[in-house]
Amino acid sequence: MDTQRKTELAEIARKIRVGIIDAVYSANSGHPGGSLSIADVLAYLYFEELNIDPKNPDWPGRDRLVLSKGHCAPGLYSALAQRGYFPVEDLKTFRKTASYLQGHPDMKHTPGVDMTSGSLGQGASTSCGMALANKIDGTSVRVYAILGDGETEEGQVWEAAMFAGNRKLSNLCWLVDFNGLQIDGPIADVNDPTPYPEKFRAFKWNVVECDAHDFDSIEAAYQAARACTDKPTVIISHSIKGKGVSYMENSVSWHGAAPNAEQYEVAMKDLGER
Amino acid sequence: MADKIATREAYGKALAEFGAIYENLVVLDADLAAATKTATFKKAFPERHFDCGIAENNMICVATGMSLCGKIPFASTFAMFAAGRSFEQIRNSIGYPHNNVKIGATHAGITVGEDGATHQCCEDIALMRTIPGMTILNPADAVEARLAVKAAIEFEGPVYLRFGRMAVPVLFGDDYKFEIGKGVKMADGSDVALIATGIEVEQALGARELLAADGISASVVNISTIKPLDEALVVAEAAKCGAVVTCEEHTVIGGLGGAVCECLAEKKPTPVLRVGIQDEFGRSGPAKELLSYYHLDAAAIAEKAKAAIALK
Repeated sequence: MDTQRKTELAEIARKIRVGIIDAVYSANSGHPGGSLSIADVLAYLYFEELNIDPKNPDWPGRDRLVLSKGHCAPGLYSALAQRGYFPVEDLKTFRKTASYLQGHPDMKHTPGVDMTSGSLGQGASTSCGMALANKIDGTSVRVYAILGDGETEEGQVWEAAMFAGNRKLSNLCWLVDFNGLQIDGPIADVNDPTPYPEKFRAFKWNVVECDAHDFDSIEAAYQAARACTDKPTVIISHSIKGKGVSYMENSVSWHGAAPNAEQYEVAMKDLGER
Repeated sequence: MADKIATREAYGKALAEFGAIYENLVVLDADLAAATKTATFKKAFPERHFDCGIAENNMICVATGMSLCGKIPFASTFAMFAAGRSFEQIRNSIGYPHNNVKIGATHAGITVGEDGATHQCCEDIALMRTIPGMTILNPADAVEARLAVKAAIEFEGPVYLRFGRMAVPVLFGDDYKFEIGKGVKMADGSDVALIATGIEVEQALGARELLAADGISASVVNISTIKPLDEALVVAEAAKCGAVVTCEEHTVIGGLGGAVCECLAEKKPTPVLRVGIQDEFGRSGPAKELLSYYHLDAAAIAEKAKAAIALK
């Protein structure tokens, strides 16, 4: 990727992060940590990878993205807003009673949301169904899903992984946001779902790893996914939970908490808004 | 009366029949295709039948994903594992977004027979009723089962279809018209209304004959759409007869009995007694024997009807 494009994507990712903090701060609740850890990936997906048309969000020929870790809705909404699906200003209505921006993604009321999610594991399977339907129809549609690392403790994820591997769903690409933390603590302490590469290879997947905060690395991973034509691909995305906001980085306590006014100012400073 | 045929048999045949017309119809199963009878569809359209293996939660959500990419999926397994195991998948991935997925649940109720309580799902209607926007169809015979499948295909939105394992008589002729949300009066009467669903419609008709021998006039109503309930018909029958007995092969909590009581309590308070599984688990045994054991047969309905009349 050339330097100019990298700079542009970094600026988009920065704005996505600002939107995440604005949304969670306005709602006084929500999940900033895991939203911030996928902000660069979302910037890459929505501005480089996905074949989509924000003016025609229901276009049948579009690529699909399922945010299986639905609690990171602030990240998804902020990316969709940046991409032009709805006004950035609306992020401040997140989780408010009259808003179309629900606490977890609601496909029926939010333009650009391809699947309702929030109950962990289900998006993994839904993405398989989308990929299967397109595969039997011979379309060029690609299907993407983003899973949390904690989410992979759900048995349904492995039901879906077995299904996709056996069905050779090469139009399917999952990304596991491997930030290492879940609500109750480090995933290694709670119920360690690793090692990932060995597990996914055993389930007949193509396995790629990337640095979640390096656009060259993200690009290489998604290109490797496209190049694989006989297996689904999983990208093990090594990320920093809370990335970009100093006091949130690598902190379990910012999984699902909102900053106060003082903390909000620090976050905005960290993100270059002050 | 024609030969007996299980509604699951009619389900499999209907899928194959309508699969020829609807090219976007796909069928998913969870290693039970021979039992759910989706194997009939598989034989006709192997490229549109997807065996997901013993992983029902994944199957339900794979079906959901397919529905979002142009397909009309029927996901099939036993009622226990569809409504039971996968309740939350159905609630969150199908019900909440109102996705166009059809759940073909077979082996519902006590007449699963010898497999016993772990497989006798008598809670599925109650579970599905709690999901906003869910349509629940429980056909009484093979004719109605076929038409229910057709109606579900043509209906936009989630549908739970309930089929049985046991062979049952054919009650309807070829000219029978089926409409989602409409109950059907099978026989008129004035002393008590027997409001039945699924295989209990046959038993209610038998009860009507027993009651007639005692000089009691019973109407029989087939409620094959449990949700949305045909409230107008239920209220009209209750108003006319003044006593109601609900008949279902399902727990009396939250199923047809629950739905009718909720409706009548608000719109036409009437004595209602409920024939069904009385808040207990099933047991192994031949299906027909279990109908008597759990007081679901014609004789038990007739007794309940007399008790209901006494409450007037």
